[in-house]
Amino acid sequence: MTVEPFAAGTSFVHRLDPRVKIVSALCLAMVTAAGNRLGILGLALLVGLVLVSLARLRPLPVAGRLLGVNVFLLLLWCILPFSYPGRPLLTLGPLTASYEGVRYAFTITLKSNAIILAMIALLATTPTFSLVHGLWHMRMPVKLVQLLFFTFRYFHVMHQEYLRLRGAMRVRCFKARTNGHTYRSLAYLVGMLLVRSFDRSERIYQAMLCRGFQGRFWVLNHFTLRAVDLVFLGVMVLVALGMAAGHWTNLIG
Amino acid sequence: MKPDNEFGRQPKFCNGLDRIIRLEKIRFAYTPSNPVFSDLEFSFTKKERAGLIGPNGSGKTTLVHLIMGLLRPDAGRVEVFGREREREADFFEVRARIGFLFQDPDDQLFCPTVAEDVAFGPLNLGKPKEEVRAVVRETLERLGLAGFEDRITYKLSGGEKRLVSLATILAMKPDMLLLDEPVAGLDEETTDRLAGLLLASGLPYLIISHDREFLHRTTQGLYQMDNGRVSRLR
Repeated sequence: MTVEPFAAGTSFVHRLDPRVKIVSALCLAMVTAAGNRLGILGLALLVGLVLVSLARLRPLPVAGRLLGVNVFLLLLWCILPFSYPGRPLLTLGPLTASYEGVRYAFTITLKSNAIILAMIALLATTPTFSLVHGLWHMRMPVKLVQLLFFTFRYFHVMHQEYLRLRGAMRVRCFKARTNGHTYRSLAYLVGMLLVRSFDRSERIYQAMLCRGFQGRFWVLNHFTLRAVDLVFLGVMVLVALGMAAGHWTNLIG
Repeated sequence: MKPDNEFGRQPKFCNGLDRIIRLEKIRFAYTPSNPVFSDLEFSFTKKERAGLIGPNGSGKTTLVHLIMGLLRPDAGRVEVFGREREREADFFEVRARIGFLFQDPDDQLFCPTVAEDVAFGPLNLGKPKEEVRAVVRETLERLGLAGFEDRITYKLSGGEKRLVSLATILAMKPDMLLLDEPVAGLDEETTDRLAGLLLASGLPYLIISHDREFLHRTTQGLYQMDNGRVSRLR
């Protein structure tokens, strides 16, 4: 399992400037999260799907990501229609689902899926280092940038350590069952993971210090804004504005 | 009737087959552009004590990881102890009967104390607690590590970690050992100790190592890995 499964790719979307992708993702997400008209939200979902297909991502991993969110949404669907007040739609025994509740649940479903699709297509297709670098260029405070950068770096370290420890357990025939031995072993796994990751992080930091690190990061592949990036940004902003108009005015839809 | 080996048991093999491992037409690549093996053949029998040498990055560790089921080949057949092994469940028997020593002892030890780490293997095999305690004591004694029960694994020295790692796999009473660079970075005394333990174990083993002298002392056969192929030198 790689940490960044969608970042490797050569589609048009992959090659866009990360700054453009960040701004586009933000605009789309904000408009979609704030709006309430079902028709426009459906359009947002469509935009998400179009972006995912432009990025030429394999449908199965994307569906896997969506599955996680939709499991929660399923839970929401079981509760929200029955607890939201409004005109009764259908009755199941003592519980009554309201029309407004169903509509609200549907709104949330559309929003969640639309935003996640847009995020996968725009943000997951950028290596995290580039994203952080892009944020720095957009004048995000240096300390936050470093925090993000190190968080990602050490997450990777912990992931590697986790794989090693799991390997050690597998190779001595560990099988997870419901008994004290399993719980204790898993607890040891977590404990050791923290201890060893911390230690490795310290050593990495010491190695960086020994090579003169003073807090500044140098990136070799500096990105440049091309015409196509600006065109894409323009299109995305127009789409977001259009959706905003659709949600809050009566000009569209 | 062969006498029991020093670790107190007779290795058992199914149907009296001599062959433990057989890899056929194995293809494996970490990245599609760079295959490690395209058509690997390898076999190992219970009568062998052999070394495996080869340049760094030639795939020696990959080979043993494929045998242990930590990696799965892109194509080809992995047969261990007479049965083809494909799914995770198939490899349970392999891991119970082949003791695998990782290149980095930090990859092997993960319980807080030595006793718990040595007990981990037998407990996974379903042995009752009293038997496990006896096995732990016995194994540590045989390796000259009596008194190490309550030491913290994380704080041991490199040599001690290696010996404890060996104890963790010997406690499972395996039929064969697979050792990935067991003496890399060890001092002479610990190397000698390890050699002595291996020779006295009564088990067949395959050792990956760059230390020719160690291999000469502990093994009779020698395999070489080169360009994704294994050839027998001795």
